[in-house]
Amino acid sequence: MSVSGFPAATPAPGPTVRSVRDELHGDLLEVSMGPHHPSTHGVFRMVATLDGETVTRLKPVFGYLHRNHEKIGENTTYLSSMPYTDRLDYLCSMTNNWAYALAVERLSGQAVPERAEYLRVILAELTRLLNHTCLAGFLLQDSGASGTPLMYAFREREKILDLFESLSGSRMMCNFQRFGGCRTDATPAWLGAAGALADGYGRFLDEFEELLTGNEILMARTQGVGRLPAALAVSAGVTGPVLRASGVDYDLRKVDGYGAYPRFAFRVPLGAHGDVYDRYMVRVLEMRESIGILREALRTIPDGPVMDPKAKIRGFRAKPGEVYSRIEGPKGEIGFYLISEGGPNPYRYRVRPPSLINLTILEDLCLGHTIADTVVILGSIDIVLGEVDR
Amino acid sequence: METAEEIRDRILARFPGAAVAVVANPGPGAQHSLLLGAAQAAEIARFLRDDPGLRLDFCSNVTGVDWLDREVAEAARPAAPDPAGAPAKGAEAKATRLQPGFLEVVYHLYSVALKHGPVVLRLRTGNRKDEVTLPSLTPIWRSCEFQEREVFDLFGVTFAGHPDLRRILMWDEFKDHPMRKDYVEPDDYEWEPTPHGDLLPKARRHYPAAAKEAPAP
Repeated sequence: MSVSGFPAATPAPGPTVRSVRDELHGDLLEVSMGPHHPSTHGVFRMVATLDGETVTRLKPVFGYLHRNHEKIGENTTYLSSMPYTDRLDYLCSMTNNWAYALAVERLSGQAVPERAEYLRVILAELTRLLNHTCLAGFLLQDSGASGTPLMYAFREREKILDLFESLSGSRMMCNFQRFGGCRTDATPAWLGAAGALADGYGRFLDEFEELLTGNEILMARTQGVGRLPAALAVSAGVTGPVLRASGVDYDLRKVDGYGAYPRFAFRVPLGAHGDVYDRYMVRVLEMRESIGILREALRTIPDGPVMDPKAKIRGFRAKPGEVYSRIEGPKGEIGFYLISEGGPNPYRYRVRPPSLINLTILEDLCLGHTIADTVVILGSIDIVLGEVDR
Repeated sequence: METAEEIRDRILARFPGAAVAVVANPGPGAQHSLLLGAAQAAEIARFLRDDPGLRLDFCSNVTGVDWLDREVAEAARPAAPDPAGAPAKGAEAKATRLQPGFLEVVYHLYSVALKHGPVVLRLRTGNRKDEVTLPSLTPIWRSCEFQEREVFDLFGVTFAGHPDLRRILMWDEFKDHPMRKDYVEPDDYEWEPTPHGDLLPKARRHYPAAAKEAPAP
């Protein structure tokens, strides 16, 4: 049969002819998502093999932001590495600073005054609020709710960034912690502003949850998607909210009890299904606990110095030895492994990046889901490429 | 939480004659580590994971350390009796010997089930050049997958038994291992051949006078 004016298409002779049906149902398609793709939260690439729309294989490719942070850390003094830790997970510079300061303090046996411990808890919980708020906004952005939820989230983020700016001088690259305390003290006005933010944050969360938590579209896109079994999560070294969404009770604020955390009562929210929705809910509930910790810490913060007067800042040298120290960052366990030989630089400076290690299970989560779901799953793992690539 | 010595004894009770030694850590944290021989490391790691008293189910951190050749002062131990009967050189306490360099892989283990840790494992390669193969612990802890790839990429330790040992941060064509202490960054590592580079010699042939001004490619 021919369309008028055109000759009928005759199949070429030989055995190479295949019907259209075979081509549709037989071939796998390899899609390279990224490195420049808005859903990858940075320069990140997923090489996905698709059967139709279903993912049958997925390999993450990264390293585009690699600058050998660890080598830089080995070639500079202990103090000079502090600003570099801001650039790891650039949403959470305060917890990165704390993790690094704590590692050096444990390496050298440095004590920290009480007020600084409280201030660190306050700043870490503000960072947790900031990170989880942004992440909830990004999750909805990834699942197609373009714009509005992200703007709501970023409106609250700005308030926290204003607090960071007035305390440390910088919105994101805070460079605030020192070995033996904090760089500057918080004024009563600052503590009051932080208290006002903590008081108002619950209302924002109520509003956010009213829009989203029971939202049918959000539930349809996230429930049952990207399930992570608890055994795999532990074996793969997954930490933070992703681990707890799978029902594993492992929060370093409770387990290690570092800093002033043993003095605060808070609960550790756990998920039951380990899917994307649980990871969202765990973060929302963690924010509510963070508000409680914040208010308690702001109410009970003691007076005193924020810097140990015996601490040595310039010309700091650690005694020979090594230490691995970790804290509960918003994304998971951020740790530092330092080897000192007594010199002004660490002999070995290693960052344990939670974002990178949480990516180990990305392929397991995506297999069998559609390519559109990989975007939501990746968003729910919560990575920052500055930390993955280092 | 058991001390490193107790864990060593427990390993030796389970694997008699295994190469296990405690490496002391003089720092205030006193995180002593266990140095395992490469031959039985995977079995011992599996034992540490599954033993009901330890249950180290969470391998948090895997990293490499590059130790160069170094001169170490010989400990002022009493001179060993010389089999040839030569006089012992006990007076020369300042003798140094060359300790050959090696690459070290450090694992920090915790228990999520029992909430204790860390237990630090160390594996060492024979040298820094050709004996750089160690057993992979990825079959035991999945979290080693990317981190061992990183050690392979940046330090050049080859992990036998790793399911997918490729470079992870550097690009695949990269040759060296940047985290090694003696790594020298090439001046032109971003250089890549372009048509321009091929055209310059041709231009030199066509315009010999201009060749003196053209910079060497």
